[in-house]
Amino acid sequence: MARVNFEGVSKAFDGVLAVDDLHLDVHDGELLVLLGPSGCGKTTALRMVAGLEDPTAGTVSIGDVVVNDVEPKDRDVAMVFQSYALYPHMTLRRNIEFPLRQQRVPAPERARRVEEAAGTLGLLDLLDRKPGQLSGGQRQRVALARAIVRDPQVFLMDEPLSNLDATLRIQTRADIVSLQRRLGTTTIYVTHDQVEAMTMGHRIAVMRDGRLQQVAAPQDLYERPANTFVASFLGSPGMNLVPASAEHGAIIIEGTRIGLPDGTPTVAGPVTVGVRPEAATLAPEGIPASVLLVEQLGAETHVICALADGSRVVVRQEHRAVRPDLGESVAIRVDPLQLHLFDTDTGARLELGR
Amino acid sequence: MSALRSRRHREWGLAYLLLAPALLIFAVFTFYPFLRNFKLALYQNPPYPGLPSHYVGLHQVGSVLASTSFHQSLVSTLLYVVMVVPVGLIGGLLLAVAAHKAIRGMAWFRLVFSSTVVTSVAVAAVVFGTLMDPVVGLLPWLGVNPHPAILENPTWALPAVSLIAVWQFLGLSFVIMTAGLQSLPDEVLEAARLDGAGGWTMFWRVTVPLLSPTLFFGLVVGTIYAFQSFGQIDILIGPQNSQFTHTDVLLYSVYQALSIQDNPGVAAVLSIVLFAILLVFTLAQLRFLERRVTYAGD
Repeated sequence: MARVNFEGVSKAFDGVLAVDDLHLDVHDGELLVLLGPSGCGKTTALRMVAGLEDPTAGTVSIGDVVVNDVEPKDRDVAMVFQSYALYPHMTLRRNIEFPLRQQRVPAPERARRVEEAAGTLGLLDLLDRKPGQLSGGQRQRVALARAIVRDPQVFLMDEPLSNLDATLRIQTRADIVSLQRRLGTTTIYVTHDQVEAMTMGHRIAVMRDGRLQQVAAPQDLYERPANTFVASFLGSPGMNLVPASAEHGAIIIEGTRIGLPDGTPTVAGPVTVGVRPEAATLAPEGIPASVLLVEQLGAETHVICALADGSRVVVRQEHRAVRPDLGESVAIRVDPLQLHLFDTDTGARLELGR
Repeated sequence: MSALRSRRHREWGLAYLLLAPALLIFAVFTFYPFLRNFKLALYQNPPYPGLPSHYVGLHQVGSVLASTSFHQSLVSTLLYVVMVVPVGLIGGLLLAVAAHKAIRGMAWFRLVFSSTVVTSVAVAAVVFGTLMDPVVGLLPWLGVNPHPAILENPTWALPAVSLIAVWQFLGLSFVIMTAGLQSLPDEVLEAARLDGAGGWTMFWRVTVPLLSPTLFFGLVVGTIYAFQSFGQIDILIGPQNSQFTHTDVLLYSVYQALSIQDNPGVAAVLSIVLFAILLVFTLAQLRFLERRVTYAGD
């Protein structure tokens, strides 16, 4: 086990920066999720830890060793790929023991460790089959077994659940989390799925356009997003962002003044206000809006409203709440204790002052 | 209902109309000669040209198959194929692996490596003929001077012409292997790198097994190609020395029977044998590839 450290790491492909000056410290034993939309550089960052890409600038270290010039096979990291990347011509046993064979582990120990890893992942009965005879979920478990059998310093997982169907994804997600918690192996997990990130990570690092946006524990990230991108990327649906203007002790949205009981904006003038869907309710009085769409999800209902300036606000209701009709004029009340303020130009979070 | 049917009729009519030119060409140049060949095999030609041939049934087939020259030709052909195909395949694979790297200027090497496939066999034969010339060639310059000269040498003439076929097949083999390598899943190769596989293990334990359908395809294509070699033998050995039989591979025997000995019956029998051999190879390939399709995806 070891920590992984990115120190000013950049990677350019044909002059385009895929990863831009990344500083990130992955703690020993933690599961850190690299989260972001496709093309944000998260997979490139992961591949630089594996040694499958060389950084253009900066240093990557595993433990206390700078690994920029260390061959992938000498980095003692195991990777799980989205496509599973099993060896199709080998049986599961051969697949799982492949890394051990390369390390010239003696046969009896090899057999013991393969059985142990296969047992952990419920693959004992399948060891003589080939990958082609397995389901997607089973193949992903083989890929995990091949990773854990080595007992590496670091696990690297590149969207390992993306090829699985929804049910299997939730189950395998739980399997990976309990495996990681039990083994305590430092893990970097890449995904674009914020639900995976929230449920799996000790901490989440959100990336966008090659730049790190914020690193924090899932709940902190949800409750105190550092900017509008993080605010809208996390949560399903994401945070509502509406233009407003700030004055002492209050903000004004569409002419509706909302007093802030726990502080005052440190700026005056235009700001962007963030409201989580669960912090907004339909009420007799509030910000005037009209109903665009009503989505029923069973346990809850999303009411998608448009303000007069065209910005959209999603209101999350309990399923028992009275559902408005399409086009109906409604009023939205927001909880002043759950508002987020962002700079309109930079998108950066603005804290309230006293 | 009837409108639908008439429309379907019209579509069929159009389909056959569009197919007609290709069908006509196939009929005239492929199907008719192919069937005519079977008939020819049943007729024996008289010893003197100009006299009518007469029907002998399978007698001629039997006598050709029992003849020493046929056996020699078959042995030469098999030796030739065994010399050409493995060397061409392995050479093509090694070149493809060498060129399968993202190095600047590699496109140029790929062009060079694959160029032999578009070189005319006549040009290749003349170039190699010059290199092998006992007076002005490369070998005497290197101090190697077999006697009799290499292309008249019972031991070395067949390897010499097979070398030209290897050289020519190398381009095709390189193209096939390159396509195969490019279709390999990157993530599997990367997984092997991370799992600690060095170059040697990587090649033998991962790349070659994953490439086995491609290798087999190359084997079949190469075998068919080698069985059909003709040009370099005709140009380098044929007319100058028609008594020299050490390089009479099957296809060349067909040509000799037809053009030199003016004996279409014997030529027909030999070409049917050639057809049968190639048919077996092609069927074997289809069977093999069917079993291997599970490899393709995941």
